[in-house]
Amino acid sequence: MPDSWIDFLPTLLKGAEITIVVAFFSAILALVVSFVAGLGRLSKLWIIRTLTAVYVEIFRGTSLLVQLFWLYFALPFIGIELPKMLAAILAIGLNFGAYGSEIVRSAVLAVPKGQWEATVALNMKPWQRLWNVILPQASLRMLPPFGNQLVELIKSTSLVYFITMADLTYQAMVLRNNYISWTTEILVLLLLMYFVIATLVSLAVRLLERKLTAGRL
Amino acid sequence: MLKAIGIDEQAELSKVPGQEGNRIDTGTKPIVKYTGVTKSFGDLQVLKGIDLEMQPGEKVAVIGPSGSGKTTLGRMLMTLEEPTEGTIELDGELLWHTHEKGELVRAGEKHLHRMRSNVGMIFQHFNLFPHMNVLRNVTEAPRKVLGLSKEEAEERAVSMLGKVGLADKLKMYPSNLSGGQKQRVAIARALVMRPKVMVFDEVTSALDPELVGEVLEVIREIAEEGEMAMMLITHEMDFAKEIADRVIFGAEGRIVEQGTPEEIFDNPKSDRLQSFLQRFRSNGI
Repeated sequence: MPDSWIDFLPTLLKGAEITIVVAFFSAILALVVSFVAGLGRLSKLWIIRTLTAVYVEIFRGTSLLVQLFWLYFALPFIGIELPKMLAAILAIGLNFGAYGSEIVRSAVLAVPKGQWEATVALNMKPWQRLWNVILPQASLRMLPPFGNQLVELIKSTSLVYFITMADLTYQAMVLRNNYISWTTEILVLLLLMYFVIATLVSLAVRLLERKLTAGRL
Repeated sequence: MLKAIGIDEQAELSKVPGQEGNRIDTGTKPIVKYTGVTKSFGDLQVLKGIDLEMQPGEKVAVIGPSGSGKTTLGRMLMTLEEPTEGTIELDGELLWHTHEKGELVRAGEKHLHRMRSNVGMIFQHFNLFPHMNVLRNVTEAPRKVLGLSKEEAEERAVSMLGKVGLADKLKMYPSNLSGGQKQRVAIARALVMRPKVMVFDEVTSALDPELVGEVLEVIREIAEEGEMAMMLITHEMDFAKEIADRVIFGAEGRIVEQGTPEEIFDNPKSDRLQSFLQRFRSNGI
């Protein structure tokens, strides 16, 4: 029997480590996918527009948990066996990438048309227009919704519990099974730990936002 | 405020990357030539057959009621709007088209990129880059497009910003400038690219009345340098009269009348132009 709730912390922190690793890598994947798919939907080529639209609709239209099950439990039947960690990162990254692509798309579209026209008048090449003028302005608009998505992503990593990854939620559940009478304390700690991680992250995003807009808007 | 570009700078002009192999001895050849140009947006035909020539260094003012298609005329030259029919030649070369197996086909981005180095444009709403300070706004394209080094680009930019009277605003962001200052930065930004033709698209229309003068003063001084052909799409009749070599009056998608400023403003021939000028005068604009 533990003396106090402090004794649960080492186990929970071990779980938090997994949670953070999954969140970190799936956030990076989601960010990359957001830009690729978001810009893909604005492509001049219909084939690229269609492919990215299909991807976005499929991953937004089905549940993350089912996608996770699919990658981890169904793929082995067609001969693809993914480690838990990879399955988790792929599922979460691709799911949030689909939402993120809409953020990228709408932020790029929100840059005034005159900005594009100025880049043409200055004879910039298409990728220079995007990279030097449009994306720096669009990125600022993307930051607040991306911050939101990131917090959402961190919380959704608790779903990896269902493919038996030893994340924060999993460790809490193990503790609860062993010390059922401490259920309330364990679950309060679990809430608090997600809350602390999420708050730190949204604070960091807000600081970044302030730094990037300094002096110019 | 503006000083004439010196001999050294002219020599340097011909070395600008992206312009090599593109410089043809113009002589009396027109720098710009529209032939049978039409433009339709869906069912609406805004230009109904334009034939127009501009000589190197010529200042042409384009006037006319709103909706006459005069902005579209300039935007086509800047490759922002594609002609529906007809061709535009720039410095003796087709702007929007290339010949392929004897057929006239729509040119690709590579061709447009090469042709565009001859043209610049100033917009009604400035379109400065809000995330860059004044200096960066003016050096960005010389560095990225012309391939100048940071030092060369800044030297060129600082001298040009000096000419438009903004040498003390290099580190400011556009949001902290007045409309007149923004437009002068935009003019400097376009001038450092050293185009042969510059399109001025109603550049004072978005300005507070008391800021119009400072922008017109800068344009007047550029015009006096005389080397660059200018297409001035404008509502400033007095200004058009003062600096244009030729005035074009367009209405309902056609060129109705053209001539020297005296011919157009003092002896208008067509009824359409007479009533346009009368309305303008009675409005006291």
